[in-house]
Amino acid sequence: MSSHEYTPSSKFGKWFNDRLPLLTLANHLTDYPTPKNLNYWWTFGGILTFCLITQIITGLVLAMHYIAHADLAFGSVEHIMRDVNYGWLIRYVHANGASMFFLAVYIHIFRALYYGSYKSPREIIWIIGMLIYFLMMATAFLGYVLPWGQMSFWGATVITNLFSAIPLVGESITHWLWGGYSVDNPTLTRFFSLHYLFPFLILGLVILHIWALHVPGNNNPIGIDIKKPSNDTVPFHPYIVIKDIFALLIFLIIFAFFVFFSPNILGHSDNYIEANPLVTPAHIVPEWYLLPFYAILRSIPDKLLGVIAMFAAIFVLVILPWLDTSKVRSALFRPIYKQFYWFLVADVLILGYMGAMPAEGVYLLIARVATAYYFIHFLVILPILGRKERTLNVPLSITEPVLGGMPNPSMAKAKGDKVKINSLG
Amino acid sequence: MSDSEKKKPNRRDFILTATTAAGAVGVGAAVWPLIDQMNPDASVKALASTEVDISSVQPGQSITVLWRGKPVFIKHRTPEEIEEARKVDLKELKHPEKDEDRAKKPEWLVTLGICTHLGCVPLTNKGDYEGGWFCPCHGSHYDTSGRIRSGPAPTNLEIPEYTFVDINTIKIG
Repeated sequence: MSSHEYTPSSKFGKWFNDRLPLLTLANHLTDYPTPKNLNYWWTFGGILTFCLITQIITGLVLAMHYIAHADLAFGSVEHIMRDVNYGWLIRYVHANGASMFFLAVYIHIFRALYYGSYKSPREIIWIIGMLIYFLMMATAFLGYVLPWGQMSFWGATVITNLFSAIPLVGESITHWLWGGYSVDNPTLTRFFSLHYLFPFLILGLVILHIWALHVPGNNNPIGIDIKKPSNDTVPFHPYIVIKDIFALLIFLIIFAFFVFFSPNILGHSDNYIEANPLVTPAHIVPEWYLLPFYAILRSIPDKLLGVIAMFAAIFVLVILPWLDTSKVRSALFRPIYKQFYWFLVADVLILGYMGAMPAEGVYLLIARVATAYYFIHFLVILPILGRKERTLNVPLSITEPVLGGMPNPSMAKAKGDKVKINSLG
Repeated sequence: MSDSEKKKPNRRDFILTATTAAGAVGVGAAVWPLIDQMNPDASVKALASTEVDISSVQPGQSITVLWRGKPVFIKHRTPEEIEEARKVDLKELKHPEKDEDRAKKPEWLVTLGICTHLGCVPLTNKGDYEGGWFCPCHGSHYDTSGRIRSGPAPTNLEIPEYTFVDINTIKIG
């Protein structure tokens, strides 16, 4: 946070700011000192904000034309596609926007994992982020039900049946969720209501996420604490703003490719068949962004334990700041962690692929091994690695390795005057 | 930098202006679909015309049909009503229009059943003018040609686009 007191230049501005310090906030966001070595992996926060706003605006528009009724929902979506002016564009932006949102959030999360952004003093930012991620999955699931196609209906049936695994009260809970004895009109109307609500909860959490971020300031690729403002920082505007906009434009090109050239490639063709409670599609899969968790669910041969494992897979991420015991944040200075990090990336990708395959034979075997490795990574490898790993020396500042003639920070250890961050406590 | 150099836009100025302009066009193009989606859609436009069978409407009778969600009055006027409508001095009228210009066939008056004041539906054969209309909301009186004669309405009842498909059928819209 900038240390100087801000005073608006105009008399009215001062009068207003004394009563509601919006100008102080705007000034804080403009001058906000940002580490000058942030790379393009740091642009996904801005991209995610854009995704959320896009989803909210296109969603508002779709809600003007959509009808949340079991008999009319499917037809109203086709009405949006065929009759409403630019309805096809708005719906495709919303549907593919969800995928783009998850693509960006996964990059954002894996960036945090690589550079140790979840570690002290940023645990609360991380936990709020995980809450956002969890709400995103819930919102995406609820939204996928609304077109009332076959995948909507059977996805809703399968996911709500997860709760029937709870001993004793499981059945009552599913009936409560459905508002009946199966997924039907009452389920659809409440899903619509909640699908409308959740994005605004996410928006509130995003504001808290950014607020919590602005207390310690951004982490950075070398993961050291920096003095703010100093030689190591640049003001947020214009430096980071321009970089974020440039990254957003590249992201939009990819987004536009999906919207205009293959709008249905990420969806499932069965969802263009109206919901039929009498016939389950032969091969039912969730949207791609939920596949790793789906693979974990299916790899456990017990109903209750499978559900527990799936939720535990998210919960281990929440407690990650305490599972990773290493004081060094960035993987740049953790040679062993860096390798395990890429194993984890591969593991999650494998889980995702297995989630899309039928749960049988060799696929099931691989999914089980990958599920086991996922939990071993967080619950065994990370706690031990933090204590055993010999980390490289980290530089004292962002500028130091550069001015010391060492463009590669990992080579900075060759100089004698570096201190391990461990010893700084 | 001398004064003459300062005035000359340099390459950076050009890039900034060009980028901002391109960005503004892009934002505009992205926003337009969000606005246009609220305009009448294809399914509404498909209902833009209505055909009405008028064979059973006797002289003196009036029917009300729905066109684009709005009421349309189709009045079969008697010779007396036509004469009444045509002999009015245009100077008396708040919104001067000849009855000849308002009815394609003198015995058939086709008009929107919406008061031009604030959109209520006027009552048929009510008000100060025989065979005219009276709007109960704020007291506008229309004559047998649907012209405003007294009350707050600013203009005559609107004439929709219509054609006689054959002797017994009117196509509105």
